[in-house]
This record gives sequence, structure tokens and C-alpha cells, in this order.
Amino acid sequence: MLDIDIADLKRISELIFQKYNYDFRNYAMSSFKRRVLRIMELKKLTAEALLKKLTDTPTFVNEFLDELTVNVTEMFRDPSFWRIMREEIIPAIMLNHKQFKIWHAGCSSGEEVLSMCIMLKEMGILHDVTIIATDLDVNILEKAKNITYPIKNMELNEKNYIRFQGTSSFKNYYKEENGNAVFDKNLLMNVSFRRHDLVLGDIFNKFDLILCRNVMIYFNQSLQNEVLKKFHESLFKYGYLAIGSKESLIWCDYANRFIVVNNEEKIYKKIKD
Amino acid sequence: MSKYNLNNSYKAVVIGGSAGSFQGMVKILSQLPKGFPLPIIMCLHRLKHVRNGFVEALSIKSVVQVMEPHDKESIKKGAVYLAPANYHMSVELGNHFALSTEEMVNNSRPAIDITLGTSAFVYKDKLVGILLSGANRDGALGMKQIHDRGGLTIVQDPAECMIDTMPRAALAVTKIDHVLKVDQIVEFLKELDKQYR
Ligand SMILES: C[S@@+](CC[C@H](N)C(=O)[O-])C[C@H]1O[C@@H](n2cnc3c(N)ncnc32)[C@H](O)[C@@H]1O
Repeated sequence: MLDIDIADLKRISELIFQKYNYDFRNYAMSSFKRRVLRIMELKKLTAEALLKKLTDTPTFVNEFLDELTVNVTEMFRDPSFWRIMREEIIPAIMLNHKQFKIWHAGCSSGEEVLSMCIMLKEMGILHDVTIIATDLDVNILEKAKNITYPIKNMELNEKNYIRFQGTSSFKNYYKEENGNAVFDKNLLMNVSFRRHDLVLGDIFNKFDLILCRNVMIYFNQSLQNEVLKKFHESLFKYGYLAIGSKESLIWCDYANRFIVVNNEEKIYKKIKD
Repeated sequence: MSKYNLNNSYKAVVIGGSAGSFQGMVKILSQLPKGFPLPIIMCLHRLKHVRNGFVEALSIKSVVQVMEPHDKESIKKGAVYLAPANYHMSVELGNHFALSTEEMVNNSRPAIDITLGTSAFVYKDKLVGILLSGANRDGALGMKQIHDRGGLTIVQDPAECMIDTMPRAALAVTKIDHVLKVDQIVEFLKELDKQYR
């Protein structure tokens, strides 16, 4: 069985950092290791050969990053989360601002953004919202912009949509073309996609709501702590932060600047600057 | 001398199970000695999109309340953990869990191979791995990793399993130290518990 030791994993993350300015040095070791092993298996490379390829072939790094990042996602993941968004969080934001801004950090192939847009459209407020969706991985951002997905994924997405209790029929949102579900591009009218690195990137805007679900689970605790500070700075006072249903912020330095709005769905509100 | 030749150096017990393992798991948890000294880390195949209910069902008769850990939650002695729905659950160096949404492994998320394999990596020969009834091959590789790193391996006796594919797959790929019925697994855990008294 293929294996790699921690010293070699560290050499890889160090090399990627020094040479390409991507910082995986504080990613959780267990999943980082599985990702690297997966690439070694896919490309039939030993650890040494992988290091050499990363050193000698700069064009390989994009492919490497694409495989390294975990892009698995689905529409309306955790339907109960989306119900709370529709029934509590969005209405609460709208009490104070008719127009507001949302950041999807680590948007992957766009299913979460698309879910948001469908929900906002059904609420009749899609026009009033500016959405910025970011990811580290440029290849996956291209997929997100296309909102075209294999039709076989639609069964799960539709199930989630039904549990979310959407007000339309899920099939109304896409056309079937060559085995793909092609979603209506108008849904993305107020969305801009851009590459942004949560680890090395700067604060670039202020938001009323940030969704960063199932992204920080790939970070170790000290990096989670640093990234939470960035989210804190990127939120207006009384803005909301949503993380994945099995993530927690209680051990972070900035935890006391937030209150828990919904513990089941992991929605927090910034209460202190 | 105990018949399993045990000692008190173990740091954790990790258990995998799938189809047909629920009753056995409930029995094990309900007969666990009070104050059992090690963390019990379970990865059981479950419906991917049902977040609630399973941990409650397992807890009803359990001596210890079962918990689904959060990402990066530290692993405590005597606690019983269950891999949450739709996440892989790994053990990380530094004695905590890490969750992930990676692709399914052996058609499963959570995958037993991931929980067993990462536990083997962290606990090495200080680990007991137990694999119960199940209908696929998930867990076999994980058991091999436990054995290769010096841990103790146990499978539920295929003759007793509702579906014996899983323990048989493990028996085929690695050395299994003990093949036990659920009642004997309970007895084994009691023996293990005594080593720490
Ligand atoms: C599992 S997906 C999460 C998708 C979606 N939010 C969900 O919950 O279904 C994780 C995403 O985080 C991105 N990511 C990982 N590290 C990142 C970083 N440092 N900066 C920005 N995005 C990152 C990955 O490229 C990947 O697309």
C-alpha cells in the first residue's frame, strides 16, 4: 500500500509555499495526507517523484491544487439550515437593510451559491442582494460560473430542495442537455466569482452574512483561529457567520465577539468589534 | 492471567460496523463496565442525509451517552464517539478528531477504513480494533493497518453476523487476533477494563 511520512508531507507543503505561494502548512494532517496519497496514486508518483515534479514543472501546480482541495458539495446541503436562513436569518438582516451583501467563502463548484440564489429568488429579493463567491481553486471556480452539473447529481439535490420546502418545482430551475443539468444563468445576476485565499488573502470587503461551511474543517486549530479573525473583520457589526453543522468556534480567541444564534445549524452573530 | 493476555497500555478502542451491527453495538454499549477507561470510537454506516436520531438510538441503553464529535474536538478517556452523518471522521495527532467531506470511500461516508486507518496511525500498538457485521468490504483495510502497526484486531464471529461480508473481508486481508461473538466482545472489554483498576 502507498504511504507517505509526515516529514515528506511537510516538505511538500513547504515547497508549495516557497515556490507557489499557497500555504497548506497549517492544514489538518489527516486529510492533507489522504489528498497527497490520492494524487500520488492518480499520477503514479512516489513522494520523491511528486516533489521533483512540483519543483520542475510549474504548470503542474494547478492540477495538483485542483486534486488537493476537497470540492465535494451539494445543493441545499442540510435542508434545515436553509429553512433557518429563509425564515430567520435573512428576515433579520432585512429588518435593518433592504440591500445587503453575502460572501460565500470556499464556494467550490457553486452549488451552495446557487441554492442561495434560488432561495432569494423565491423570497422575491434576489435583486437586492450582492453576492461574492470565492475559492482558492481556479478550476473549480470555472465550474461554479457555469452552473452545469451532471444530471445524476440532481436526485440528491432535489431531495434536499424538497426537504428545504422550496416553493417551486426544483426541475423548473434547469434544462437537461447532454446528460447535464444546465441551470438558468439569470440566477447568478448579482453574483461575482473571484479567486481568494483565506489563508494568505487580505480582507477585501464587508458583509452582512458570510457562509464558510465545510472549509475550515481542513485547517488545523491555529489556522481556524486566524481565519476567524478575518471573518470577524469582514463582517459588519451584527452580521452573521455560518459554518458547517459539525464545526465549532468555541476554542477560538475571537469566539466571545460572537453569539450563537442557532447552535444546531452553527450560525453566529458578531456582537463586538 | 487473563485469557486474552491483555495489559493496560491501550489508549483507545475503535469499532466499525454496518448492516446488522446495530443490535450488537447496542448490547456492547449497554454492558460496558462503568467508568470504562478508554475512549470508544465508532464508525457505523448510516443514512447519509439523516443527521438526527442515530446517536439517540444508540444511547438509550448505553452506559455512557454517545456523542458525535465536532471537528477538532479532543478525545476524552471514557467517552463514546460516533462518526456523524455524511462526514468522514479521522483521528489526528494531538489526540483530537478531524472531520471531512471528502469523496465517499467504499461507497460510504463516513467510511470505516478512514476512522480505523487514522486511529492506527495515531495510536499504533496501543489500539484495539473491532469490526462487526456488515455487507461490504469497508473496514478490512483499516483492520490491516491496525494489525500492521501492532494493534490488536477483533472481528465479530462470521457465524453470528447477520451479514458476514465485512468480518470475512478483514479475515482475508490481515491477521485477526480474536474472532468473537458479541457476548465475548463484552467479556473482552470487561477484561480490558480490569487491567486499569
Ligand atoms: C468541501 S468544499 C465546501 C463547499 C460548500 N461550502 C459546502 O459546504 O458544500 C471546500 C472548498 O474550500 C476551498 N478551500 C480550501 N482551502 C481554501 C483557502 N485557503 N481559501 C479559499 N478556499 C479554500 C476548496 O477549494 C473547496 O472548494
